Amino acid sequence: MTKTVLTIDDSRTMRDMLRMALTDAGFNVLQAEDGVHGMEVLSGSNPDVIVTDINMPRMDGFGVIEAVRKEQRYRNIPVLVLTTESDQAKKLRAKAAGATGWIVKPFEPEKLVAAIRRVSA
Amino acid sequence: MDVMDTIRQTFFQECSEQLTEMESGLLVMSEGEADSDTINAVFRAVHSIKGGAGAFKLEALVQFAHKFETALDHIRSGKLAAGGDVMKVLLRAADILSDLVDASRDDVAIEPDTWQASADELLALTASADGAEDEDDFGSIDFQPALIDFGDTPSDGIAIEPLTSTFNIGFRPKPELYGNANETILVLRELSRMGTTQIACDTSDIPSLDDIDPAGAYISWTIALDTTENADAVASVFEFVDTDADISIEQPSSFSLPDLPEPFKFSASTDAPVEVAEVIESVEAPSAVVEAAPVIREEATAPVVPFPAAAPPQQTAAKTDAKPAALATIRVEFDRVDRLINLVGELVINQAMLSQRVAESNISNSSPIAVGLEELEQLTREIQEGVMGISAQPVKPLFQRMGRIVREVSDATGKEVRFKTEGDATEVDKTVVERLADPLTHMIRNAVDHGLETPEARVAAGKPAEGVVRLTAAHRSGRIVIEVSDDGAGINRAKVRESAIKKGLIPADVQLTDSEIDNLLFLPGFSTANSISNISGRGVGMDVVKRSIQALGGRISITSRPGKGSTFSLSLPLTLAVLDGMVVCVNGQTLVLPLTAIVETLKPKEQDVHCLGADGRVMAIRSTFVPLIDVGVKLGFRRTTLNPSAGVAILIETENGSRSALLVDSIQDQRQVVIKSLETNYGNVSGIAAATILGDGRVALILDVDSLVKASDVDQLAPELRYGTGG
Repeated sequence: MTKTVLTIDDSRTMRDMLRMALTDAGFNVLQAEDGVHGMEVLSGSNPDVIVTDINMPRMDGFGVIEAVRKEQRYRNIPVLVLTTESDQAKKLRAKAAGATGWIVKPFEPEKLVAAIRRVSA
Repeated sequence: MDVMDTIRQTFFQECSEQLTEMESGLLVMSEGEADSDTINAVFRAVHSIKGGAGAFKLEALVQFAHKFETALDHIRSGKLAAGGDVMKVLLRAADILSDLVDASRDDVAIEPDTWQASADELLALTASADGAEDEDDFGSIDFQPALIDFGDTPSDGIAIEPLTSTFNIGFRPKPELYGNANETILVLRELSRMGTTQIACDTSDIPSLDDIDPAGAYISWTIALDTTENADAVASVFEFVDTDADISIEQPSSFSLPDLPEPFKFSASTDAPVEVAEVIESVEAPSAVVEAAPVIREEATAPVVPFPAAAPPQQTAAKTDAKPAALATIRVEFDRVDRLINLVGELVINQAMLSQRVAESNISNSSPIAVGLEELEQLTREIQEGVMGISAQPVKPLFQRMGRIVREVSDATGKEVRFKTEGDATEVDKTVVERLADPLTHMIRNAVDHGLETPEARVAAGKPAEGVVRLTAAHRSGRIVIEVSDDGAGINRAKVRESAIKKGLIPADVQLTDSEIDNLLFLPGFSTANSISNISGRGVGMDVVKRSIQALGGRISITSRPGKGSTFSLSLPLTLAVLDGMVVCVNGQTLVLPLTAIVETLKPKEQDVHCLGADGRVMAIRSTFVPLIDVGVKLGFRRTTLNPSAGVAILIETENGSRSALLVDSIQDQRQVVIKSLETNYGNVSGIAAATILGDGRVALILDVDSLVKASDVDQLAPELRYGTGG
């Protein structure tokens, strides 16, 4: 079955790149432009994986993770964090907030796909 | 076009938006008025540029943006105060970043020394903020997200027998692992992809059913993996879970299976792993009751228990929604908008013609046709406004570019300048904005270079050392008025006059008013600077500025007060498209007056009109006198002036606020007209702004009231008219 990935990123460039990489890999792609928008899209869909940026207006990636983990019907959805930060602190913070994993930008499409495969059934 | 090329284009479009965002944020910050939202927005802008640049391997851009971002992060976290010197560094960095973006877009090779100085400044900022932070954290990305093949790598060609090694892996998940939506089974699946696995599950820690914590983790695993991958690759499988589980990876030299306490083989037929995962999933709900058998429980609890934990998050989500949504935008090629504007113009004309035909056919105003036509007129107007709105743009980006010019010139001249803008949100047609960049740049350069004094001279004159250059925009009388002002010494009129005489631009004995002297600056070949500085002396004089403003249908004027500063004022049409006008008749000619300039219309009485001088007339309106200008005579439609009582006087206000009365024969109508440029199709005519096509198909000229009034004011005559030196 085709898996659905919800990507949340405020950068149009990044959204386009995510869409390209994921569509090429056969995923069904939903996109949102910030955390608040992401939660709206999430409420009307049932993605297998969420990929979110950290730095975003209105609601950042930590906020997204928190909101997802709080809600019963979302809490089992894996959330991957997109980050340019390679330092451990950022990852640990995302982890503590409930992130399932992370993808370091800039990403190779195959690495993105591999990371998604690693967290989705 | 290649997909990557398209995305690359998107990236650079986005960059320019981010740069605008960044710049306006930085300006707010340098005013000391920034809140955390502003700082965050600036940070995000730089961060996004870095992120995208990384994807396109724009190394210099990534490195510089990273240093910039680090400095901003320090401000964001409060480690670094955004004081004056810090802001200067940041603003310089913003300029460099913008250069790097441009160079990257145009594929120009970037010399490291173009940005190294600024990067060092940024580094110094961050270093001062937190002692000696290691800047090398970037680039040491050690993350390798599971580039996994399936163990059958060695393919065609020389068959190198892969070295298979066995890893003994112990894996004991903690509850957090499941809380973060990781799954043991997925980890095991990844391991299985790397080679052959033998997986054993230790269930000895599972407590009795009564003691089970639904969110707990009780099962540990032992995996023997035969793989050609190295230890790093194996470890990377556990990357997402390494803090949420006890993991041991051993690579024994011997290939024996470990001796497990309670081993059993993992297979689909056993009830262990799959179901255990399900159990964990289903019992995670804190409300779940823990008596029934695990698999049934999921079905049983769902309808009964209303999941109280689900309520609060919904509320918080609703709260964050309260913030205003960002406006969604689409991108449209300008050509399309242009075509639409032209079409709407035709529609307006067509609709006017139709109205006229209907009016001529003696149809009652209350007839359905007339009513329907009125609605059509309303709709047409709304469409027109909508379409005009599409191509209108705020002057903000243009003004921001000027901020950079100010910084560059102030750095080069050693002058301290505070740059202030007002009316950034004022909208004007895109084409007008674009063509304003060059003249404005020059005027801003002049304001700093020639307008402002050196800090020492300012202090000596009792002024603050820091000069102010102000750039403002406002809508006035249906035009946009842009002013560049400085609080410098003002125009040195004696020097200007002397210089003009020396250059042979004016006769030595001519008497000139102050404003005439000021206007000498617009003469071709005039420059007051004794030595051409490398800033202003770029081969462009104020005469070129004036010409380019005129080409836009605009005017430029100067006011200056000694010791107080100078103001250059540009007045430009908002668009080259539509105008609300009053249609008047003068000696059989139909003319249009811009409605925005009109204050009132009145029927002059003979006793109100007085002669002044040889052929000047003034009119008394409520105890003040205003010049009365006979439009017919002014434009050469007739030689003798009209008897005031036979015509209509239209009181108008010019841009500088002065009032005059225009005498016309009669008023016909008030309507919207589509502006057709006269300059493009014919040539510039003094007193006439443009032309239009009326409902009956005839051409009517649109009056330029300002130049009409100005031309009758002898003192205001442009120097080139007086001396015949204009080009």
